[in-house]
Amino acid sequence: MKTKKEQAVKGQSMKTLRKVLGVIGRYRLLLLLSVLLAAATVVLQLYVPILFGDAIDQIAESGVRFDALGGFLIRILILVVLSAAGTWAMNMINNRLAFRTVRDIRSRAIRQIQALPLSYLDSHSGGDIVQRIIADTDQLSDGLLLGFTQLFAGVVTIGVTLGFMFSKNAGITLAVLVLTPVSFLVARFIATRSYTMFSAQTATRGRQTALINELIGNQKVVKAFGHEEKASAQFREINEELKGYSQKAVFFSSLTNPSTRAVNNVIYAAVALIGAHRILSGGLTVGGLTVMLHYANQYMKPFNDISSVITELQNALACAARVFELIEAEPEKADSPAALVNRGGHIDIENVSFSYDKRKKLIEGFRFHAEPGMKTAIVGPTGCGKTTFINLLMRFYDVDRGDIRIDDQSVMDVSRASLRRNYGMVLQETWLKNGTVRENIAFGKPDASDDEIIRAAKEAHSWEFIRRMPDRLDTVITDDSLSQGQKQLLCITRVMLCLPPMLILDEATSSIDTRTEVQIQEAFDKLMRGRTSFIVAHRLSTIRGADQILVMKDGRIIEQGSHDELIARNGFYTKLYQSQFAGSAAEQA
Amino acid sequence: MRKLWIYLREYAGESVLAPLFKLLESLMDLLVPVIVAVIINDGVQRNDPGLIFRYFLLLIALAVLGMGFSFTAQWMAAKASVGFAAKLRQALFDHIQHLSYRELDTLGTDTLITRMTSDVNQVQNGVNLALRLLLRSPFIVFGAMIMAFTIDTQCALIFAAVIPVLSLVVFGIMLLSIPMFSRVQGLLDRLLGMTRENLTGVRVIRAFCKEKQEIGEFDRRNDLLTKMNERVGKLSALMNPATYLIINAAAVWLIRKGALQVSAGALRQGDVVALYNYMALIVVELVKLASLIITIDKSLACGRRIQSMLEVAPSMAYPLGTQAPSGAGECAVRFDHVSFSYSKSGDAALTDIDFSVRKGQTVGIIGGTGSGKSTLVQLISRFYDATEGKVLVDGADVRDYPEGALIRKIGVVPQKAVLFEGTIRENLRWGNEQATDEQLWAALETAQAAEVVRGKEGQLDAKVEQGGRNFSGGQRQRLTIARALVKQPEILILDDSASALDFATDLALRRAIASLPGNMTVFIVSQRTSSVRSADQILVLDDGVLAGAGTHGQLLSSCRVYQEIYYSQFPEEKPAGPDGASPREVPA
Repeated sequence: MKTKKEQAVKGQSMKTLRKVLGVIGRYRLLLLLSVLLAAATVVLQLYVPILFGDAIDQIAESGVRFDALGGFLIRILILVVLSAAGTWAMNMINNRLAFRTVRDIRSRAIRQIQALPLSYLDSHSGGDIVQRIIADTDQLSDGLLLGFTQLFAGVVTIGVTLGFMFSKNAGITLAVLVLTPVSFLVARFIATRSYTMFSAQTATRGRQTALINELIGNQKVVKAFGHEEKASAQFREINEELKGYSQKAVFFSSLTNPSTRAVNNVIYAAVALIGAHRILSGGLTVGGLTVMLHYANQYMKPFNDISSVITELQNALACAARVFELIEAEPEKADSPAALVNRGGHIDIENVSFSYDKRKKLIEGFRFHAEPGMKTAIVGPTGCGKTTFINLLMRFYDVDRGDIRIDDQSVMDVSRASLRRNYGMVLQETWLKNGTVRENIAFGKPDASDDEIIRAAKEAHSWEFIRRMPDRLDTVITDDSLSQGQKQLLCITRVMLCLPPMLILDEATSSIDTRTEVQIQEAFDKLMRGRTSFIVAHRLSTIRGADQILVMKDGRIIEQGSHDELIARNGFYTKLYQSQFAGSAAEQA
Repeated sequence: MRKLWIYLREYAGESVLAPLFKLLESLMDLLVPVIVAVIINDGVQRNDPGLIFRYFLLLIALAVLGMGFSFTAQWMAAKASVGFAAKLRQALFDHIQHLSYRELDTLGTDTLITRMTSDVNQVQNGVNLALRLLLRSPFIVFGAMIMAFTIDTQCALIFAAVIPVLSLVVFGIMLLSIPMFSRVQGLLDRLLGMTRENLTGVRVIRAFCKEKQEIGEFDRRNDLLTKMNERVGKLSALMNPATYLIINAAAVWLIRKGALQVSAGALRQGDVVALYNYMALIVVELVKLASLIITIDKSLACGRRIQSMLEVAPSMAYPLGTQAPSGAGECAVRFDHVSFSYSKSGDAALTDIDFSVRKGQTVGIIGGTGSGKSTLVQLISRFYDATEGKVLVDGADVRDYPEGALIRKIGVVPQKAVLFEGTIRENLRWGNEQATDEQLWAALETAQAAEVVRGKEGQLDAKVEQGGRNFSGGQRQRLTIARALVKQPEILILDDSASALDFATDLALRRAIASLPGNMTVFIVSQRTSSVRSADQILVLDDGVLAGAGTHGQLLSSCRVYQEIYYSQFPEEKPAGPDGASPREVPA
């Protein structure tokens, strides 16, 4: 009896299956060929034992019929060669089918990643998306494609075997059919027993992995607090618990094979008994018994295969559903074909409101203007919406209400690419490609000459350390070969090379020491000259030279003006600014 | 790998009995064809239903016995392999606890975690399979051949010829594909890395409009992987048809030979059937053995990695005994011409550092990125040993403190603010197991974190999620400061641990710490001059060298590096004059 939920799940699975078939549609012929070959080879392979039985029947002790024997043996050889060739061709086709489907899905996925709105990517863990593109896709092809052909081959095997067996001897076949369910019952009994142990094992292992990640991942803190022994004790407790569950889980799961083998052996014995009696009564030959024994031996195999394939298929369907959820997610709204025409960089922010979670207000009624070449600094406490504002400027997110206009063009009416090309952006998180220094610097301008790259590097003060690297511009950057500050300098160099008309700097210099920062500041000043720029920073020294300062709090601009004006106003900004000097104030007090 | 066997010693009995019982089970399997031969030869040919039934019962008995033997073997193997893995995991964990910072740096966190999780699991799997199956397959293959010899020497020679040929094909294909598989893995890893890169860098990629190029590069690598996969596939596609062809050709040969022997009266029909059945046994076992060997080979590699991890000796030696050297003297901390480098060949991170700090003083440490600030404070708590010179705490060389004694005196707030899964109380008690709630609250007040805790449901019992991810960076920083304060340390080290705090909170924190009772020595590492300017002593580091030491006023008039740092943060105070000798005071 199926519950509604099971039916719903089944409906979902069918939907997913149809989608998978849609993906492999272009390989329809290959799939058909694979299925045909599977059927053909199965029939051939099952027919060979019958010929062997006939051959053995020619070896009567009363006298061997060599002529007939030779005929059977030659037929066997021919069929074996044909079947081997068929299997080989089928394997090759299946490989191609599986690998190309994976390739196609991944290729769609990477395009999807580039087209998905950031709201999707920000709200899904990167690890999970990678898992879908890499592991789930593999699982999908292994489980679904190969599982499908295996399932098909298994069903054909069972059908053909039964057919051949009936043709040899109906009584024995019926006996085998009666005994078959025993094997299923045994397997099922074991599966349910081991399932509980397995889920306990999985849960405990998950907890242990989390503990390992946490403690070993922060081993230095553990040592700094002399917490080693307690950590060991904590680990021991969970490790012993896991041992208990694991021993049982491993044991129970390893019972399936011996148990079904035992049932199979009993069936084998029964076939031998009945078969021998049939020979006595003249209903069977010795060769016929050999065939029946051979089938009895192989008979359970497709059943076992099918049951494992079905688990695999369910698993693969779950993976497929995850993959499709990603590649069928709604991509970003269509882009306007018009390109942004830069006429100096006059920016109007008109009554803009935005929030990630539509139930919670974030940016509200934002409005200000930036004249061409103006430096706008944005300050405020963490979480006040500074970074969000940048997301809106770059159109990583679209405003909920209001408009952002650049030189009298609404950003909604121009293409994202043309908008973004007008901005140079240095973010708080330093992201570099896994590649050479040159590739990274020339990221936005791949055709830049070495001279240009080196000039940009010198201006951004990154040349000083690039010069000392083993292969200079050709040095391959790995994740930990550069310090945070050096990475930041490379990110700055990357923008320095492109010289876009507008700039966005988000905490750009927060991980560089202040002396280097001064040098970068000079470079930035050079870069910012004549360019409309936005700077977000914690450090007030960084933004002191700005033309206008927006002081943000809780998504609103609460103060706006130049440094001197804001200080004169003696408000929130003044408080923020003065806390910097409070150290000496305390001394004097 | 050999050293790992000691963890299996406790399960020596199981480890011997598991394969033994497995062999008994295979023996049952090997007997079946002979019994069927007897049924045909003696039962059928001589028309003896009683004999047929007796041998049928024997077959049933063999099936039941085989199952019993197998169950026993499975249990022994499960017990031994899982028990072994659990011991190994614990040993690894304990071993890691004894490593010093230097080894942790070289090994890297990711490696440590991989060793403890997937590598140990892989080894457990390998041991389990090896105990159960490694002997079984060869036993059946050679057992079948031996049984064949007992039936008929002439026919058995076919077995002797076919087994090497089959082995050659099966193992040849395996061996050829192993390196190809690792190439596939490498390509897959690169593709995975690129996918991850595209996700983490999505903003930059879009900002530079590089979506198309990234897709192009991904496609190229994707194709490369697919081609490699298809190449390996071509090879492994041969396995099944080749073995099938060989074994059936051999069977044809066997029947032909058997027919000759029967015709010569040397063999009976039932024996031919038995020989044919043995032939069928061989191929299944050889294929199983080959895939088993691959799994075991993988776990051996994992085992070797684990062993090399266990062989990493902690580089730090401690004097025996539990007695801390008697603290005598005014000096809380003294550096006596200390030099230090992270690796033997590498550049010095600190060069000839020499200073002393009186008890109760507040010391500011300032300098650029990579100037050695963090390194310097890590030497105080002996996370690393000085390469040259001596570090003295409380008048005694840090190397004379027994293990754990030095760390009890020092409260460290590391740069990376991490909390652990549990409650806030549990986290704070890392500092002191016995701390009362009042003590915890006092520490929280000082660390400016009381507000944070009050805002959480359950207060001290509020849940801290893994890594403290349910707290913001600034909140975590304040809580880690509280954690160190709970210890009521003699020396408190704040390693750039106020970077996420705004200036006002930073100031309140420093004031609260300064007003604590007792005679605590405080080290404040910072890039902000505002954080250190009120310190009793400021150490200015520049590229690992002590560029200056003194009060804010002294340094501002004498230390070039300090001046540069200070004026870079407060440019409007830069005096107009070229010498910059006396900056004006800043009004509050």
